[in-house]
Amino acid sequence: MNKRTLLAAAASLAMMAVSALAADDKPAIVFDIGGKFDKSFNESMYNGAERFKKESGIQYGEFEIANEAQREQAIRNFADQGYSPIIAAGFAQAAAVEKVAKEYPDLKFAIVDMVVDLPNVQSIVFKEQEGSYLVGMLAGLASKTGKVGFVGGMDIPLIRKFGCGYVQGVKAVRPDATVFQNMTGDTGAAWNDPVKGGEITKGQMAQGADVVYAAAGATGLGVLQAAADGGALSIGVDANQNYLHPGKVLTSMMKRVDVAVYNAMKSGKDGTFKSGIQELGLAQDGVGYAMDDYNKPLVTADMQAKVEAAKAGIIAGKIQVHDYTADNKCPAE
Amino acid sequence: MAAPRSELPAWVDIGLIPLLNLAVALIVAGLVVVIIGENPLQALGIMLNGALGSFKGWSYLFYYTTNFTFTGLAVAVAFHAGLFNIGGEGQAYFAGLGAAIVGLNLEFLPWPIVIPLAVLASAGFGAFWAWVPGVLQAKRGSHIVITTIMFNFIAASLMVYLINNVFRPVGRMAVESREITGAYILNFRELGRLIGWKLPSTPLNPTIFLAFLAAWGVWYLLWRTKLGYEIRTVGANPEAAAYAGIDQARIITVSMAISGALAGLLSVNEVLGVQHRLLLEFAGGAGFVGIAVALMGRSHPVGIVLAAMLFGLLYQGGTELSFARPLISRDMIVVIQGLVILFMGALEYAFRPWMAALFFKPED
Repeated sequence: MNKRTLLAAAASLAMMAVSALAADDKPAIVFDIGGKFDKSFNESMYNGAERFKKESGIQYGEFEIANEAQREQAIRNFADQGYSPIIAAGFAQAAAVEKVAKEYPDLKFAIVDMVVDLPNVQSIVFKEQEGSYLVGMLAGLASKTGKVGFVGGMDIPLIRKFGCGYVQGVKAVRPDATVFQNMTGDTGAAWNDPVKGGEITKGQMAQGADVVYAAAGATGLGVLQAAADGGALSIGVDANQNYLHPGKVLTSMMKRVDVAVYNAMKSGKDGTFKSGIQELGLAQDGVGYAMDDYNKPLVTADMQAKVEAAKAGIIAGKIQVHDYTADNKCPAE
Repeated sequence: MAAPRSELPAWVDIGLIPLLNLAVALIVAGLVVVIIGENPLQALGIMLNGALGSFKGWSYLFYYTTNFTFTGLAVAVAFHAGLFNIGGEGQAYFAGLGAAIVGLNLEFLPWPIVIPLAVLASAGFGAFWAWVPGVLQAKRGSHIVITTIMFNFIAASLMVYLINNVFRPVGRMAVESREITGAYILNFRELGRLIGWKLPSTPLNPTIFLAFLAAWGVWYLLWRTKLGYEIRTVGANPEAAAYAGIDQARIITVSMAISGALAGLLSVNEVLGVQHRLLLEFAGGAGFVGIAVALMGRSHPVGIVLAAMLFGLLYQGGTELSFARPLISRDMIVVIQGLVILFMGALEYAFRPWMAALFFKPED
C-alpha cells in the first residue's frame, strides 16, 4: 500500500532526527502540570532557564508534564540522553526524581519545593512563610477596615504555608484583624481560573476586606483585577506583579525560583553543582517583598521601616515565623 | 447509542469508515502542524516511531491502553442501558480510596490475598460512586449526565480533603499517601528481573491482563447472559422492556454500578500498579477519554480495546513528539488528539451517506 511506504519513510526520517539530539552535560527542565506560561511558578523557572540560555548560549532540554505517568518518563528520557543537571519543578515530581536519580548516580538532579535525600540531588526549598509574613505585615498596616483576605489555589500544604505566614504577619501588626481565607478549587483547574479568583475576591471585599493576597498561580490575575476594579489593594505572588495594576498592587511576595534554576544550571556548567538541601529564605534573598515605582505611593516610609525591622529580626532569628508544613498546624487563624 | 443500523457490509462499517475518519483527522492535524512551521510527515513519523518503534514505546502504549480500556468499557456498559455515564473520572478517582484503604491497612496479609482484596475494593468503591447517580436516575428521575458530572466534582473535593488531612504523612509537602507496600503490583520490569530479564522501565504491569479479562467479561455479560439481554433491551427500547416485564429501575442501578466498577479498576493500574501511592488526580482525564474510546469502539469490547490502543498510541507518540520537537507543545498534542476524537467520535456518521451510496446493499 502506498500509504504504508510513506509512513515508513517518515518514520526513518524521524529516527535520524532523534539520534541527532544527543546531549552531553546540557541542562534540562521538567515543568509541572501548570505549564510553563502560568505567569507564576513555572514561568518563573522558565525565565531562569532562558536567562541561562542567553548568557551561556547553551540550549537546554524542556518538557511540560501532561499526566502523572509522564513525570518519570520525562526525567528518565532526559537522563537516558545524558542531560545534567535535570531540574524538576514542583513537589509532585519528588517520587519520580528519587527513582530515576538512584539509577543514574553519575548525573545531577535538582528539585524545587521538595527534599529528595540522595547524593546526586540538589533540593531547593523556600521559606515562603517568611516572605508571606512580611507582606502580611504590609497588609495589616495598609488596611483601613482591619479586615484582609487570602485567596489560595488549591488546599494543599504549600498554599497553607503561604497563608499561615501571611496571617502571622497580619496579626503581628494588628492582633485584632480578621483574615478571610478561601481556596479556589479542588482540581488542577484551580491554578488557572482568574474568573473564579475574581469572584472570591469580590466576596471577601463584600465582607469588608480591603487588602487581598493571592497565592494561586494564574488565578491570582483575577484576584488582582477584581481588587483593582473594586478599589481594594492586592498582593501578588512568586514574581513581581506590581506592574500589573500600578498603584493598586500593594506589593508582591517574591519567590525567586528563577534565580534557583539559573544557579543550578550555571553551577552544573561550571562544575560547582552542589547536592543537598538549599533552603532559601529572607537571609538568602530567596523570598522577599517587592518595592518599585509602581507601589511606592502605597507604602509609607513608616510602614517600610517596620517591615525592614521585622525582616532583620527574622534573619537574626529574633522573630520565629511558624512553618505550617512542619506540624500541619498554624498558631494564628 | 446502541441503535441498530447497518445496511452496510460490516467491513465497511467497522473497518473502512473508522480508517477514513482517522485519515481525515490526521490530514487536518497535519495542516495544524504545518501552520506552526513543522514538517507534518516528520511529526507523524516521530509519533509512530515513539509508540511502535521500540519495546519501551509499546509498553507505554499498552499502559495507556489498560486505563482507556477500563474507562471505555465503563462508558459502553452504561451506553447499552441507554445511560450516558460521564462520571468515569470521578468513579476511578473515588475507587483509588478503596485501593488505598485496603493497601495501606492490610499490609500484614500476604500479597496473593491483599491484592485481590484491593482490586475488589477498587471495583466496589467505583461501583458505589456510580450507583448513587443510578439510584437518583431510577427513583427520582435526576438526569444521569448531570449527576455523574457533579459527582466528578464531589469526588475531587472529597479526595483533596482526605489525601491532605488523612493520608498525607505529617510534614510532607507532596499531596499523596505514603507508599503502598502490601498490595504492590510489580511491573513487568520488576517481574522480568525476578527471572533474569532486563526490560526497560515502564509503568506497564499485569493489570493489562485484567483489562483484557474485563473486556471479555463485558462481552459475555452483554451478549451471553439474561442480565445483559435486559440491559440491552432497556437501552434499545425502555417501553418495550417495561412491557416485557423488565424492572427498569433495577437495570439502571445495576448497569451503573457495573459501569462504575469498571471505571474503578483504573485505580488498580494507577494506584497499585504504577504510582504505589494515593495521589491527587491520578486518573488524569482517562475517565473522559473513555467516552471517546467507547464511541470509537462502537460500544463493543473488541472495538474498545482497539480504540484504547489507538489512544495509547496517540498519548505515547504525542509524548515522544513533544520531546523531539519542543515547538510542538503539549497543547498541540491535545489539539491532535481532539481532532481524532472529533472525526472518529462526533463526526462518525459524516462519511456514512457516501459510503451507503457506494456500498448500498438492498435489504428490507
